Amino acid sequence: MKEDLNLLEQAAQNDYKYGFVTNIDTDTIPKGLSEAVIELISKKKNEPEWMLKWRLKAYAHWLKMEEPTWPNVKYPPINYQDIIYYAAPKKKEQLNSLDEVDPELLRTFEKLGISLDEQKRLSGVAVDVVMDSVSIATSFKEQLSEIGVIFCSISEAIQQHPDLVKKYLGSVVPMTDNYFSALNSAVFTDGSFCYIPKGVRCPMELSTYFRINAENSGQFERTLIIAEDESYVSYLEGCTAPMRDENQLHAAVVELVAMEKAEIKYSTVQNWYPGDKNGQGGIYNFVTKRGICAGNHSKISWTQVETGSAITWKYPSVILKGDYSIGEFYSVAFTNHHQQADTGTKMIHLGKNTRSRIVAKGISAGQSNNSYRGLVRASKQATNARNYSQCDSLLLGDQCGAHTFPYIEVKNKTAIVEHEATTSKIGEDQLFYCRQRGIDAEAAVALIVNGFAKEVMNQLPMEFAIEAQKLLAISMEGSVG
Amino acid sequence: MLSIKNIHANVEGKEILKGINLDIKPGEVHAIMGPNGSGKSTLASVLAGREEYEVTEGEVLFSGKDLLELSIEDRAREGLFLAFQYPVEIPGVSTTNFIKAAVNEKRKYQGLEPLDAVAFLKMMKEKMAMVEIGQSLLSRSINEGFSGGEKKRNEIFQMAMLEPKLAILDETDSGLDIDALRIVANGINKLRTPDRSILLITHYQRLLDYIQPDYVHVLYKGRIVKSGTKELALELEEKGYDFITESIDQSANV
Amino acid sequence: MTNVNYFKDQFSALQASDPNELLTGIRKENFDTFSRSGLPTLRQEEWKYTNISSLFDKDYEFAGDGKISPSLLSSLEEMRIEGYQEANELVFLNGRYAPSLSAIRSPETQLIVLPLEEAIDSKYKALVAMHLGQSSSYIKDGIHALNTSFIQGGLFLYIPKGQQLQHPVYIYHLSDAGQHHTLSQPRSLVYVEAQAKFQLAETYRTIGSCEGFTNEVMEIVVEADAFVEYYKIQNDGSNAHQTNTTHIRQMEKSHVHTVVLSLNGGMVRNNLNLVMDARGNETHLYGLSLLRGKTHVDNHTMIDNKMPDCYSNQLYKSVADDASTSIFSGRIIVQPDAQKTNAYQSSKNILLSELASINAKPQLEIFADDVKCSHGCTVGQLDEEALYYLRARGIPKENAEILLLHAFAADIVDQIKLEPLQKHTEKLIYEHLSVS
Repeated sequence: MKEDLNLLEQAAQNDYKYGFVTNIDTDTIPKGLSEAVIELISKKKNEPEWMLKWRLKAYAHWLKMEEPTWPNVKYPPINYQDIIYYAAPKKKEQLNSLDEVDPELLRTFEKLGISLDEQKRLSGVAVDVVMDSVSIATSFKEQLSEIGVIFCSISEAIQQHPDLVKKYLGSVVPMTDNYFSALNSAVFTDGSFCYIPKGVRCPMELSTYFRINAENSGQFERTLIIAEDESYVSYLEGCTAPMRDENQLHAAVVELVAMEKAEIKYSTVQNWYPGDKNGQGGIYNFVTKRGICAGNHSKISWTQVETGSAITWKYPSVILKGDYSIGEFYSVAFTNHHQQADTGTKMIHLGKNTRSRIVAKGISAGQSNNSYRGLVRASKQATNARNYSQCDSLLLGDQCGAHTFPYIEVKNKTAIVEHEATTSKIGEDQLFYCRQRGIDAEAAVALIVNGFAKEVMNQLPMEFAIEAQKLLAISMEGSVG
Repeated sequence: MLSIKNIHANVEGKEILKGINLDIKPGEVHAIMGPNGSGKSTLASVLAGREEYEVTEGEVLFSGKDLLELSIEDRAREGLFLAFQYPVEIPGVSTTNFIKAAVNEKRKYQGLEPLDAVAFLKMMKEKMAMVEIGQSLLSRSINEGFSGGEKKRNEIFQMAMLEPKLAILDETDSGLDIDALRIVANGINKLRTPDRSILLITHYQRLLDYIQPDYVHVLYKGRIVKSGTKELALELEEKGYDFITESIDQSANV
Repeated sequence: MTNVNYFKDQFSALQASDPNELLTGIRKENFDTFSRSGLPTLRQEEWKYTNISSLFDKDYEFAGDGKISPSLLSSLEEMRIEGYQEANELVFLNGRYAPSLSAIRSPETQLIVLPLEEAIDSKYKALVAMHLGQSSSYIKDGIHALNTSFIQGGLFLYIPKGQQLQHPVYIYHLSDAGQHHTLSQPRSLVYVEAQAKFQLAETYRTIGSCEGFTNEVMEIVVEADAFVEYYKIQNDGSNAHQTNTTHIRQMEKSHVHTVVLSLNGGMVRNNLNLVMDARGNETHLYGLSLLRGKTHVDNHTMIDNKMPDCYSNQLYKSVADDASTSIFSGRIIVQPDAQKTNAYQSSKNILLSELASINAKPQLEIFADDVKCSHGCTVGQLDEEALYYLRARGIPKENAEILLLHAFAADIVDQIKLEPLQKHTEKLIYEHLSVS
């Protein structure tokens, strides 16, 4: 019996199957943050002068800001001088094709289930791969460019499409927005850029895969998606990191702009290394994600499945500026062991007849803490604004916590806002029913949890949904006592 | 098939079953009747292995195995099926997926390969026709928002899919209108085979109009106080439980 | 703000004049807190929607000379709650308990009423020492500390074991803002012994045209199997501002039932804390704000479930018209030991005007797994269908709206179990809704 327990523990330990390190020559700069470091990053990326100025302005602002303390998470102070702000796998001068990608890197991504070989790739998904500070490769670029879709790394966009970048970078998340967005604005190194021209329905899913590999480094990516009038894009994001004892910082900024009648669907499966079962190591995931429904009848939908990271601080939001625009947020956040998550959304209703919907499912196990924090604001001019929010928490075990902090602010007398939240555990009668049908307790819990999360999982593109379901099952292993 | 010997069981320290003896042979249908609170549902729960029920004395053999030593799920995999009086809702879990998981767990236990999608679908189609259940119900979350009749039909459908050796039907007739009762009873009758035993637990005789039992037992205050054939059920219908319980209570008082 | 110096001087004077060590100790600790944190600002999470520091841009004076003018007496007469003939009527004048204006109708075997200072010199000293100031460990902001820094002229109520009090206690808070801006800081401690039953109602009136600010703290201890009903009726002038904390500690299997009704007023903040210090408690919290003009009412409730098997149910409703603001912040905490907690909370709000606003912040903080907790919150309008139906029956739109508002309020008014008080509030609501 004792041995069985050990085996179980080991299994729980080994759950994180993406925890390996790739041995590859990495070009890193010394630890620490200063104007000189920012100049060095900008120089390495061969950036135009305006970009460097923008970064330095953000840095100057960041220096004056204080780290937020209001999230319901605890961590020792971060020493921002102890982080490497640029780490890139060494590469040849300029890649002409994927054949030139370092085979070691190709193997790494094969192992992660991400094939860069377009031939082997399931049709219908274009991938941009970001390792540490730089984008390594982007697939299906040519096919996409034929219909006018730009899908490339943000570094490339700064070089090739400076006008678009200048116009939209920081337009949704101003550099001064918060502590981590200011930091990101100063030091971001790469990320994805998507531009969908007027009237184009992007024929394939666009996807970015983020990987942290280097030690002591932080990852600061920046993603910008612009959907012109009457366009559509579905974008997916995945992420993993090696298992290390120290915490690594990931502070990303994602901005979405949806013009008239445009629709952006943004899905995330977040699986950064969560730390071990004692809470040692893991990624600090402090992310600012925000979209603006700038045009009338536009729509932005966020779906997230959060299983990784030691600490998550993340509120994908929608500013509903256009009349008749729609914002959606679907979230499953699973925390186990000592993980802490403080996540939710903001729906800011500005336009008339705007609608938003929030479905958040939190599952807590082990000694973890899982908080939903959300804001629904109907401003004075938001005539006929509608919001419906449903937040449910499921507790697996008596050592964990589940918390709900919704903020509702209504200033328009035609607005209707409804919020409901529940907290419960898995019913004994549900477990008995499953077991009487021959399904053992662990499988029964997995089944019930998946059922609990289903409304959100259904929002994911098919391929991702299966992946996410497996991930949830793996994360849950050992959480049933 | 099933041999219950002198079972005593407690719930929250209170003795509910006070020495039950019962033998069920393959293919037999036994009915257990009794007034409310006599311990009928407790017996079903004890056999299925519900953890709040503590067996203090006695033994149960199921196909030659010590049933009480088996976990809840292993009892199920060995072929013991309980149709619940109040089937449980599990939001977000489709009925089809639930049954598929159950069928494949049993196959794994028996050392068989899991059914592939095609084989499973074929099996479903057959059984659906047998118990008159529609596809739309099966794609909904299990029992969620089902009517009383739908829940009971779904239980019988699961019984058909899991092909148990012994099916315990706990008040399957309760809460059903006459049409639903007929459909459910027809389903059960179609599932009668020479080697499948059935234990019907019911308060009323009307279910027995549709499903003819081989034996009828009356449970009262935790004991089987009278056993007979299906005529006993008719007698109960006519005279009520009082005619048995009064004489028991009197002899207890003497 | 010159107030700070004024407070310092007053504090020193009070401490110097009072030899009572128990009080000077509590005061000192809290004045340190006040000096450190100052008045709450919008930057503080718990004060995000209520800016009381803006009210302190003027100087307030403490309780005047305590002289009782005829106009004070007539105001007191006007504010009496129906059924007063059968009630114990206790009066606070400018935040100090005024025995000479009060009438105690219960026998001493059922109810002990003492000025707080006297209670400290009596056999109740140990009780006071144990329970006075308990709320400071829950509310650490400057305004709460300000009350505690100036405990003076407080009230002590004691209901002996097993006494089913026949006469309710009505507390009238009268503030005189005729000559200058007045700060009143009433303080009371209520101890309800095991198996006792007790009903308490509080109401407020500010006279004069200067600003009146009432900063009240009441602590109530409810012993095992005791039953307490607590009612707060707020219907004061637009120059009457208020911050108050009602801190209730529940012991085993006790039962607490509260209703907070807010009609007219300036800027009002109500804190209602329930601490479940033993198992098996039952708690019902109700609130109704019917707001007009520029009235701003901020209701904060907190239930700290520390022990198992407690049940709580909360329903807070509000209507915001004109340029009024209604805020509800409800916090339910379930500590690791509080298994089998059932806690429900619902906040229902109606916004009637372009200039009004409603903010709500229901919160669940749960650290035990075998619990059932939920909250729901809605912000919307009067039911259009119902309005249409009434108008189709020939009822003019305005009357139809009033009818529906009465219906909306009825759920809460029904929860006032004290009959004369219920009638009293029905009348107040009727008048309130008719004037527009």
